[in-house]
Amino acid sequence: MEDWEEDEFDGPVKKFMYVNRKAPYGTVYALEGLEVVLITAAFDQDVSLVFIDDGVFQIKKDQETSGVNMKNFSPTYRALEGYEVEKVYAEKESLEARGLSEEDLVIPVEILSAAEISELMDTQDMIVSF
Amino acid sequence: MDYAVNGQTIGADEEGYITDMSTWSKELAGTIAVEEKIDMNDDHWEVVNFLRDYYEEYQIAPAVRVLTKAVKKSLGPDKGNSKYLYELFPYGPAKQACKIAGLPKPTGCV
Repeated sequence: MEDWEEDEFDGPVKKFMYVNRKAPYGTVYALEGLEVVLITAAFDQDVSLVFIDDGVFQIKKDQETSGVNMKNFSPTYRALEGYEVEKVYAEKESLEARGLSEEDLVIPVEILSAAEISELMDTQDMIVSF
Repeated sequence: MDYAVNGQTIGADEEGYITDMSTWSKELAGTIAVEEKIDMNDDHWEVVNFLRDYYEEYQIAPAVRVLTKAVKKSLGPDKGNSKYLYELFPYGPAKQACKIAGLPKPTGCV
C-alpha cells in the first residue's frame, strides 16, 4: 500500500467515554483530557464526551484567561466535530446548579439527567474520568 | 535546532517546531522549508496559510486526516486528498506543513 493511500483503521472499535469533571484552568486535567479525546478520535474509536460538575465550565462561552496566564483552549472543543466526535453530553443538574443553559456553551451538546448519563455509562467499554 | 532569520535567532525544539509562535514570519517559513527540503510554491503556501487559519480558529494543529477533510471542505476534493497533500509535503502534510506554518506538532500525531 502506498503511504498516501487512506489507511482506515480496521481493528476492533470500542466505546470510549470521557468524563470531564473539573474546571478548565487551575489543573491540567481538562486540557490533557481534551488531547486524549482528540488522539482517540484519530484512531476511529466510538468516542463520547460527558461534562459533569465543574466540568461544564470547560465549554462555557467567553472564557478570558489572560489573568491566569493560560491559553484559552475553549475554541478547540469546536474542532471535535472535524474529529468526528459527535456524541457530546452535559449533565442537566450540573448546568442548572451553575446557572448555565445550552446557550452559554461553545458547542452544541445533548443535555441529559444524571440518571440518563448513568445508563449511558453502562453501555461503554471504557470510561476515563478527568 | 534554532533557525537564523535576518540576523535573528528563532528558538525551536529538537524536531524543528518553533517554541514561540509569535516569532513566526514568512521569511522564517522559507527558512524552515529549506531545512525540510521543500521548494515553496503557491500550492504549498495555500496549505500553510490554511493551517494558520485553522489554528487561529481552533487553537490546535489538526491531525493529518482532519486536515485532509478540512482542506476538502474549503478548497475542494482536488486538494483535499492524501495524494495531493503528500506530494506537496512528502514527509507528512500535517507534520511538515505545521512546522513551516509555525504551529505546534499536530495533536493526535503520536
